[in-house]
Amino acid sequence: MSYAHPIPFRAILRHVLLIAGAALMLAPFIWMISTASKPQTEIFSSELHLIPHQFALAENLREAFAKANLLRFLLNGVIVTISIFVLQVMVALPAAYALAKLRFHGRETLFALVLFGILIPPQATAIPVFLMLHKAGLLDSYAALVLPFTISVFGIFLMRQFFKTVPDDLVDAARMDGISEFGIVWRVMLPAAIPAVTAFGIFSVVAHWNDYFWPLIVLNSEQLRTPPLAVAHFRNNEAGTSYGPLMAAAMVIIAPLVIAFLFAQRRFIEGITLTGIK
Amino acid sequence: MAQIELSAIRKSFDGTDVLKGIDFRIEDGEFISLVGPSGCGKSTLLRIIAGLEPQNSGQVHIDGRPVDAIRPSARNLAMVFQSYALYPHLSTFDNIAVPLRMRRLSAIERLPLLGKLLPARRAKERHIRADVEGIAEQLDIAPLLRRKPGQLSGGQRQRVAVGRAMVREPLAFLFDEPLSNLDAKLRVHMRAELAELHRRLKATFVYVTHDQAEAMTMSSRIAVMMGGELIQAGTPAEIYNDPDDIRVAEFIGSPKINVLPGRIRKDAGIDVLGTALKLSCHAATGECRVGVRPERIDVGAGPFSGTVVHLENLGAEAFVHLAIEGAGLRLIARLADVRHLPAMGSSVAFGFASDAVRIFDPAGKRIEIRLEQPERIREPAHV
Ligand SMILES: Nc1ncnc2c1ncn2[C@@H]1O[C@H](COP(=O)(O)OP(=O)(O)OP(=O)(O)O)[C@@H](O)[C@H]1O
Ligand SMILES: [Mg+2]
Repeated sequence: MSYAHPIPFRAILRHVLLIAGAALMLAPFIWMISTASKPQTEIFSSELHLIPHQFALAENLREAFAKANLLRFLLNGVIVTISIFVLQVMVALPAAYALAKLRFHGRETLFALVLFGILIPPQATAIPVFLMLHKAGLLDSYAALVLPFTISVFGIFLMRQFFKTVPDDLVDAARMDGISEFGIVWRVMLPAAIPAVTAFGIFSVVAHWNDYFWPLIVLNSEQLRTPPLAVAHFRNNEAGTSYGPLMAAAMVIIAPLVIAFLFAQRRFIEGITLTGIK
Repeated sequence: MAQIELSAIRKSFDGTDVLKGIDFRIEDGEFISLVGPSGCGKSTLLRIIAGLEPQNSGQVHIDGRPVDAIRPSARNLAMVFQSYALYPHLSTFDNIAVPLRMRRLSAIERLPLLGKLLPARRAKERHIRADVEGIAEQLDIAPLLRRKPGQLSGGQRQRVAVGRAMVREPLAFLFDEPLSNLDAKLRVHMRAELAELHRRLKATFVYVTHDQAEAMTMSSRIAVMMGGELIQAGTPAEIYNDPDDIRVAEFIGSPKINVLPGRIRKDAGIDVLGTALKLSCHAATGECRVGVRPERIDVGAGPFSGTVVHLENLGAEAFVHLAIEGAGLRLIARLADVRHLPAMGSSVAFGFASDAVRIFDPAGKRIEIRLEQPERIREPAHV
């Protein structure tokens, strides 16, 4: 009896702490959903309650969609994140293949540069990239949103690490079978690296769907706005103090990622454990 | 069908010489085994033949044509890897079809979706299907064509890898330790199958292994490599009975050949463990090494004696380990008759016939010997 006790107590403590942490993390989301479901009068009432007395989610959503072109912003988000991801894969896979499987002079130096590139925050290069886009006349366009991210050093690094684990014999077998070097990248390495590509895709899509900084810098036109930018502008211009529609808009904006997560939960977790990051 | 000629092949990795000038000619239709201890450069040599690794100097000729500037696939050789190297995402059928698709379909026809719509591709695909199914039939893997490599056993994967090599009808097959991932029983079985395949296809086989039993049982010739050099090539019987070098003698044969210290006397006779052998040689006087295969040691009678320190009874044969007092030496003798084994710890006499002896100089090179003939026969020569 003396030593059976501490273990359940510890387990309880652990769970209490975890639940408290989870509640803390979830609170803003729950508050967002709660606010999105309340009519204006309830939001500003002095008493705090989570469940609205009068359910107004539908009205708030209708108002949000009426005041801003939310569908257009969602579409922008999809176009930008998908283009970024596809281009990143097209650059990262051949580069990673060369760094992992081909022997050439300066390979280690190039790889060191890739690692070095991971250390540089995007904000540091923001001004030069902005100026380049300006000189090229590409500001305020999809290209401005996509081009700066097509070369992902993180993606190259991740894929290179994964390609290292693909046996050399497989590459040699492909060469014997007459597959060209680029063919090996797409026909042999890509199918073998689907888990890694998925993991990278998750990081890339989440990061660029939620990116606020870069679209804020390069965009002017309203019709190009990405979802986070749209929410921010929604508050400033359209909604004023009407928080109900604002929160409803925020819900719409995060919904695609949440739904994608629910569908691909297994993959998501696999991907994160695979990369061992975060 | 091809004859492969290697001349003065050298290869070094990061300054270390891995191949130190290999000259070798593989005849058309031969089953040649490259054997040698781990790290001696067998795989490297095979990869140079395949074109997967460029040599530092020297030439490879296939059917008299230099192939050094030719890509691996254009050399028209097929290779079977130790790990089989099947494409994990493709079914057995597609794995075997890859070399055919790469050769017969144009780049446009190979495109994932668009290609399927082209009428020319459909006709070619029909031929490919027929060829793949024919190969699958021959190798007994027809029921497995829809499975992925991950759903196959080791032996089945091995067959698929052989199928992928066969389907393109290459000039020669290169095997890099294809059986070493299989369990012992399956290995013996596949040994017979590969030998049978060679007889049927009559193609040139170059087979790398460090398992001398595989080399002995399957090949028409064995080439023994040591430390980046090819030290002897010959039929299995030649390699076994007439090794040029003590390293060959020690590498081939299981259990290993017994090596005893010997002395070459001034009168060209040879002493072993204080007993004179009935043979002579031309070499300089001094130390030498005397090799005798375990099965040539006669236990029970002879001028030497040893203590039985270990017995291995395999049922059909037995190995007796003998310690020789005073010499700090151990010998292994093979006994064919397991019903009369000496007792552990007992002292037994043993000897060996003169023609069982192979003599090597201190550097390991073989010394030719002359068996001493009985006086009567030798006399006429004196007269
Ligand atoms: N790509 C490479 N880079 C550097 N060294 C290499 C490379 N490939 C092989 N070596 C070296 O060359 C030597 C011979 O290698 P190889 O693979 O030919 O040996 P092997 O005879 O096939 O041995 P095993 O029986 O173990 O397969 C080894 O010492 C190995 O370390
Ligand atoms: Mg090897």
